[in-house]
Amino acid sequence: MSKKDKLKTIEQDKERWIGDMSKLLSETPERLPRFSTVSDLEIKGLYTPEDIKDIDYSRDIGLPGVYPFTRGVQSSMYRGRLWTMRMFSGLGGPEETNQRFHYLLAHGETGLSIAFHYPTLMGYDSDSPMSRGEIGKCGVAIDTLKDMEILFEGIPLDKVTTSMTINPPASILLAMYIVLAEKQGISKNEIGGTIQNDMLKEFIAQKTFMLPPKPSLRIIVDTIEYCTREVPRWNTISISGYHIREAGSTAVQELAFTLADGIAYVEAAIERGLNVDEFAPRLSFFFDAHIDFFEEMAKFRGARRMWAKIMKERFMTKNPRSWTLRFHAQTAGCSLTAQQPYNNVVRTACEALAAVLGGTQSLHTNSLDETYAIPTEEAVTVALRTQQVLAEETGVTNTIDPLAGSYFIEALTSQIEEQAWEYIRKIDEMGGMVAAIERGYPQSEIAESAYKFQKQVDSGEKVIVGVNKYITDHPPITTWRMNPDIEQRQLRRLREVKETRDNQKVREFLHEIRKASQNGENLMPHIIDAVREYTTIQEICDVWRDIFGTYTDPGYF
Amino acid sequence: MGLDRKIRILIAKPGLDGHDRGAKIIARGFRDAGFEVIYTGLHQTPEQIVAAAIQEDVDAIGLSSLAGAHDYLFPRVIELLKEKGAEDIIVFGGGIVPEEDIPALTQCGVRAIFAPGTSIEEAVKWARDNIKPRS
Repeated sequence: MSKKDKLKTIEQDKERWIGDMSKLLSETPERLPRFSTVSDLEIKGLYTPEDIKDIDYSRDIGLPGVYPFTRGVQSSMYRGRLWTMRMFSGLGGPEETNQRFHYLLAHGETGLSIAFHYPTLMGYDSDSPMSRGEIGKCGVAIDTLKDMEILFEGIPLDKVTTSMTINPPASILLAMYIVLAEKQGISKNEIGGTIQNDMLKEFIAQKTFMLPPKPSLRIIVDTIEYCTREVPRWNTISISGYHIREAGSTAVQELAFTLADGIAYVEAAIERGLNVDEFAPRLSFFFDAHIDFFEEMAKFRGARRMWAKIMKERFMTKNPRSWTLRFHAQTAGCSLTAQQPYNNVVRTACEALAAVLGGTQSLHTNSLDETYAIPTEEAVTVALRTQQVLAEETGVTNTIDPLAGSYFIEALTSQIEEQAWEYIRKIDEMGGMVAAIERGYPQSEIAESAYKFQKQVDSGEKVIVGVNKYITDHPPITTWRMNPDIEQRQLRRLREVKETRDNQKVREFLHEIRKASQNGENLMPHIIDAVREYTTIQEICDVWRDIFGTYTDPGYF
Repeated sequence: MGLDRKIRILIAKPGLDGHDRGAKIIARGFRDAGFEVIYTGLHQTPEQIVAAAIQEDVDAIGLSSLAGAHDYLFPRVIELLKEKGAEDIIVFGGGIVPEEDIPALTQCGVRAIFAPGTSIEEAVKWARDNIKPRS
């Protein structure tokens, strides 16, 4: 039988089945009038070969490690090496966080990930009036290289890779990491890790912004240019959908806006005159692993295929490593509930499984108590163990991309991809992502989706167990509390550093940063010189605020 | 009262916290429920929030915090309102606030704390019952 005849038979069988079904449904109707994903994408009751008749295996799916990478970026995937288990951690001061790092590594974590407190994220020191009440609360307090030295005590930087969730001052934290390695006797060639360094999604979603978009992009391109030459194993940007999703976007919006941000970075670096096939292999991605199991897996697969096409067809790259979308995933903080918090363990496990089946390179699993505070040691252990159970007990790592060929998964992957292309086309028409952000386009699309979802939860159309269904009281859980002495210790250390460093040198290097900021010279070497002398993060950021001005929230709602 | 003045509510994001999903949903939910809503945008100091509240002549301030600094920022807003003689402006809050922090906040004058999972309807009902136009 020819392929066409086979499809005909399937179609006829399906029509008969629909006929039988409608009889059945007239007696016992389906549970819901409409079935949809958490992003409100309508899902059919049944998928058959008809739904994937336009998919060509070699062209659209292919083999793992081979264009368009739908099945994964490595040819052996988890049979070769498991994903990196990288728990996002930061609490109190560098002492407490160093202790948490050692604890997690001793329990089988395989990569580090730093959560900074808000002043560091925003380019303020602990002694700034803007930092009142914020020190060490939502991450680790880092003001100078001194804090980084304490943070990494007993951790050789050639033995571990580190991801830093840092944006406006990303170049400064990277500089500190480079100097720290240098002090450990490790060269720039040997260190590996990631700075988030993705300012566009800050304007769109995470909202830790400092400078306006254009100077922000300029500093990002400086880091790309520098690392491509000097720090070859460093991921220069982690182009992030996570925060877009957590701010309330749909899966399609997360995918589309993230890739559109990626396009803007590639264009900015090309404009600088950089060779795309040299820097593109070190661009990395970061996605949310949300609660809708199949939608997420389809999103990850679609993301790889789309980025491969963008890099090959739009930017005409030749290096196969430029085509691969490598990503970190984090389970969805916004899916967790304060009500009946132990249920969060189950949510996180399902989300982590979706990330693994979707082929992630690295994973953070949230802890059950994070709707209250920074996780306790006990809670974070369960979250890490969740990954280890998935990796070593469930058998899901035995074969590569077990999803390929599923009528539903393949159809959903294509559907999500098509809708995301639609957004990218729209953003291109606006003149690219920077122009779209200036218009407030992605921001208002996300706010719209977030509000719509909240209405669906409020009406009970979308169920959240323990929140709008199966509501019961739960006993309070123990949460992490910051020792209030940490604040004073941090302020004391900063004061001591400022008193004992060579302040003449600090002033000179700050002047060099000012000059380079104005004349367009690459900032990285000057930042490295400055942080080596214990220049603070805010001292450098204040120079930039002075020269480039600041961005303020337009406050759309 | 007689006059049907709309209740005016300032939704504010104090401190450096960037999580604004909840604040924006609540701002829009209140607006759709018929309140007049002013949203400060992000990264506001307590001083800026109190100045905006007085200038806009609001009846209540809703503070949103998801980054752990509520125990300093919320009481500071209340302290500044008192200093300015505007302590009749009702202050409520929401976000990631551990249960054990709530008594201290209510004691210093925060009238309600809405935990994650609060519906728009619950917040609106509370506002209708508890916020009256200031004379």
